[in-house]
Amino acid sequence: MQTEIIISGFGGQGVLFAGQLLSYAALEKDLHVTWYPSYGPEMRGGTAHCTVIISDDEIGSPVIRNPTAVIVMNLPSLDKYEPLIKTNGVLIVNTSLVDRDPEREDLRIVLVPANDIAEELGDKRMSNLVMLGSLVNKLDILSIEDIGTSLDRHIPKHRRNLLEGNLKALERGAALAMGEKLAT
Amino acid sequence: MAKELLKGNHAFAEAAIRAGCEAYFGYPITPQTEALEHMSKRMPELGRVFLQAESEVAAINMVYGAACAGVRVMSSSSSPGVSLMMEGLSYIAGSELPVVLVDIMRGGPGLGNIAPSQGDYNQIVKGGGHGDYRPIVLAPASVQEFIDLTVEAFDLAEKYRCIVIILADGSLGQMMEPAELPEMREVRRFEERPPWSLSGAKGRTPNVISSFYLDPLNEEEVNRRLMAKQAEIEANEIRFRELMLDDAEIAVVAFGTSGRIAQSAIKNAREEGIRVGLLRPISLYPFPYERIRQLGDNVKEILVVEMNSGQMLGDVRIGIEGRIPISFYGRQGGVVPMPDEVLEEIQKVNSRSSAS
Repeated sequence: MQTEIIISGFGGQGVLFAGQLLSYAALEKDLHVTWYPSYGPEMRGGTAHCTVIISDDEIGSPVIRNPTAVIVMNLPSLDKYEPLIKTNGVLIVNTSLVDRDPEREDLRIVLVPANDIAEELGDKRMSNLVMLGSLVNKLDILSIEDIGTSLDRHIPKHRRNLLEGNLKALERGAALAMGEKLAT
Repeated sequence: MAKELLKGNHAFAEAAIRAGCEAYFGYPITPQTEALEHMSKRMPELGRVFLQAESEVAAINMVYGAACAGVRVMSSSSSPGVSLMMEGLSYIAGSELPVVLVDIMRGGPGLGNIAPSQGDYNQIVKGGGHGDYRPIVLAPASVQEFIDLTVEAFDLAEKYRCIVIILADGSLGQMMEPAELPEMREVRRFEERPPWSLSGAKGRTPNVISSFYLDPLNEEEVNRRLMAKQAEIEANEIRFRELMLDDAEIAVVAFGTSGRIAQSAIKNAREEGIRVGLLRPISLYPFPYERIRQLGDNVKEILVVEMNSGQMLGDVRIGIEGRIPISFYGRQGGVVPMPDEVLEEIQKVNSRSSAS
């Protein structure tokens, strides 16, 4: 089985790091994984996205047109990726920054006020982990604990003080995803 | 060693270090700068040489000098930077020195962009610099293969006293995959430097390394020696990987990143019952002409997929010798083809070849 995930948002929202956490967790589970970033002169404020493919078999292409699951951190990302997701796929929307509802009715959608939750937990920069928590809950490949372990191993030293908050952010995202809005 | 999640650029730089690379000279350029960054940290830590030159022209001439001294040396760059190195590479080829270079190709021509491309195939595979020479060219398609080929590149360069270029593209430089690094090899000791190197002539006749032969008969002798070496390389160093070709009616030929994108497309085409397989050349020089020639006897049509306007296509045509149709699908300018585009091309070829 192969799961294809795109995480997209503004540069600075931690979309590349969120993708790396997924990849590290997949590696720990002995799964095949590719992490493919958008790269360029963008820093904070530009667009950034990454494609993470997780599979129990050798991965061919590291790029795909139609993902199984997408995290959108902002409106341009929703506009771009909503039409591309596979039927019955997963869409996680950061409603703190996206002011429209998704239009597709054949997706499993979770609406997450990620910035608000992250701010409530003490730092809005943790919004990526809230979103990741929701995503992991909707996919049956990795657990919140797996992501927590890779976070513990790979969080930069100078950010270690944020570890506990980030773990909480993951859990809040996962809890929110339990009450997903089901497709009608 | 256990697998780690490694970015292509970091992976090949670390692999070179573990292969005993003693000196690295380079100049930053996206999308390969992480390699230079890694070298700038690790090489001084290990007491080896890292030097960021004032330009690619300077860097390749520093590589030339270090190679003369008999040390394991390399550089890496991306398309426009590699173009600047061509004069130096030609001198290195003429001087028959072992040098490893990595080219992380990006969109062009000109300044182009920083997106992945395979537009430098002709430049790199056919020689690049002036004069009559061919470097060995290896094209990895995964981070693991990138590591393995980097280690091998140093051994091949020294075995044949020639240039080995690893031709990859921006996507392989930037992506991360689980991969295993090799054990650390010791750096060669001074006394172990090759007998031809310029390592001090006390007590022996001085060695001379040059690419300057004013008398054409002498230069022709050098050319003939290079030709003999090429014949040996062509006999011994052909590398490729193939997939599902046994019962295939269509063969896709693609290298590097295009090869693994085609691999996904072929899997999907197989699910639709299309008998298609993949030949992925790993050594671009020497090119697997003989395997391509055999394909001409076994399949109905060939589809070549590249991230350029059809460069390796020329080599596939040489191998097929006009016996069966060859189609081409390419994206240019830094656009990476999606697997579904390649699948569509396979479907087109299939309906055409079933109709005939």
